Amino acid sequence: MSDLRLDSIVKRFGAVTAVDHVDLTVPQGCFVCLLGPSGCGKTTLLRMIAGLEMPSGGRLLLDGEDITALPAHRRGFGMVFQSLALFPHLTVAENVAYALSIRGADKAAQRARVTDLLELIQLPDIAERQVSQLSGGQRQRVAIARALAVDPRLFLLDEPLSALDAKLREALQVELRLLQRRLGVTTILVTHDQREAMTMADTIVVMDRGRVQQSGRPLEIYRNPANAFVADFIGTSNLLDGRARGGGRIELPGGEVAASGGPESGAVTASIRPEDLRLSAGAPAGANCLSGEVVFVRDVGQTVETHIDCAGQRLVAVAIPEGDPPFSSGDRVTVELPAEAIVVFPA
Amino acid sequence: MRSTDTGRTPRTLADHAPVIYPALMLLVFFVVPFGIMVTISFFERVPGGFYQPTFTFDNYGRFLSAFFGNVLGFSLGLSALAAVICVGLGFPFTYLLTRLARRRQILWLVFLLSVLSLSEVIVGFAWSTLLSRSAGLSNLLVAVGLLEQPESWSPGFAALLVGMCYLAFPYTVLLLYPTLVRLDRELVEAAMTMGASPLRAFFTVVVGASRNAILSGLILAFVFTLGIYLLPQLLGRPQHWTISVMITDQAIFQSNLPFGAAMALFLMLVSLSLVGLTLLLGRRRAA
Repeated sequence: MSDLRLDSIVKRFGAVTAVDHVDLTVPQGCFVCLLGPSGCGKTTLLRMIAGLEMPSGGRLLLDGEDITALPAHRRGFGMVFQSLALFPHLTVAENVAYALSIRGADKAAQRARVTDLLELIQLPDIAERQVSQLSGGQRQRVAIARALAVDPRLFLLDEPLSALDAKLREALQVELRLLQRRLGVTTILVTHDQREAMTMADTIVVMDRGRVQQSGRPLEIYRNPANAFVADFIGTSNLLDGRARGGGRIELPGGEVAASGGPESGAVTASIRPEDLRLSAGAPAGANCLSGEVVFVRDVGQTVETHIDCAGQRLVAVAIPEGDPPFSSGDRVTVELPAEAIVVFPA
Repeated sequence: MRSTDTGRTPRTLADHAPVIYPALMLLVFFVVPFGIMVTISFFERVPGGFYQPTFTFDNYGRFLSAFFGNVLGFSLGLSALAAVICVGLGFPFTYLLTRLARRRQILWLVFLLSVLSLSEVIVGFAWSTLLSRSAGLSNLLVAVGLLEQPESWSPGFAALLVGMCYLAFPYTVLLLYPTLVRLDRELVEAAMTMGASPLRAFFTVVVGASRNAILSGLILAFVFTLGIYLLPQLLGRPQHWTISVMITDQAIFQSNLPFGAAMALFLMLVSLSLVGLTLLLGRRRAA
């Protein structure tokens, strides 16, 4: 049982507040992604959980026990670093067995565990290799195996896949998620890649400027972003400046639309996902339709991205192509913004 | 061997040009003087004069005696001990230095470099004063009540060792610095997350990952202190005179250049083979 609770954690470096009163609960067996742009405090937060940084304020509780002041080497967590930090002077087997040798496990037990772990990462034959002889993906897996060697109470990963090429990264995301599910280990992963977070996480915690902006299940955050930052950071969003007119009506530069919820008055930002926009030829007819001009079409085969100028605001629509792209630059089009897809925030 | 950047064997003079300059320098300043020394080591000394060309092994035969064997053994032992002390003190020092803020590191390095500008003579006299009874450090210990009365610590073995370490320490630090400053800090942090205390992480990870630099540091300090010939006369007693002192004595004061040259060559061969042995052992342990 490993239930981690962060209670109003603060970290200041001189005058800079890197982590600003973060509260978070990570239930046993849960996979949490700390997601945010660089400098948002996510790595600092992870390092405090690992015991590598001391919080300036707040408490860390593991199963109700206060571990705020417990040094890193007494926490029994496993961590994969951004640089991987594999020991260059040790073989793969010695790297994986490091935590066991520190605990004084006997040689036979170490060998058996190394064999198990290398099988777990599907690299059974590399035990005697030097770290410098491994490929990027192999190093990655060895670092994961090493961190799991002593059945950690908490498995922490700091952007572990960022150095890999896109294809390998996507494959390892799935592999890592399956591994975590199989072992049932409580996991916290730091990333700036929203796609990575969406792939792996049970819970995503979106951070910006040291604060938690929103936390929840991936699709919940994707569908109902709490603010304009989250809407823009998770996936891509069309963010339109407008004014609330009351009763869910929003006045945009190109016309008035109905939205579900939002403030009753004042300046607002309306957010809508590119895949929710519907394009048609001809003049606007019906509710929530705006008129615009196609300025650019990006057709990459799998999807078609249409950029539309709509009374001075740029909208991007994404669709799966059926036959030839129906629009080209200069076409007048009607853009329909379904009311249920519009999320409105105070500007 | 094919040259890698052009993909063809160098043929013309122009192809060879880049290596001509360093080759010439090595030839003029190293190979030729070394050849002269090797030649002279087989010459014969003329009593009251200089030397005359012959071919004799007498110079080599002469130091195959218990006396020179003892001196050689003492010299090698002293240098090995000084090397171990320099690296033993210098390694943790350099590691802590690299953890300081950049500006402080530079201040320390400048200080260490300035120590290098002191000559062996100045260092020798400074230490012999510092370790003397009349004006030395023991007076301080008397003042704070740790000693009954001032003592003289120089000349003596300890004084000689201190002086040698003082001379070799900055070189050791400068040699270790590049490796340690590049050492990934996450290595130590990774060790700590795996249950190693900071001290344990230092010995298993920092020392282990710097193994080659430590070996180079040992060799550098060893070879460097082996060549020191003034300090044994300033800080040691006659029984502490090293082989370098003997060589200087023969070459300069006894005018026996052939014997001095033979001793220098022998010392070089012995120290080279020791260095080779160390490297071999280091490689076997790494494999």
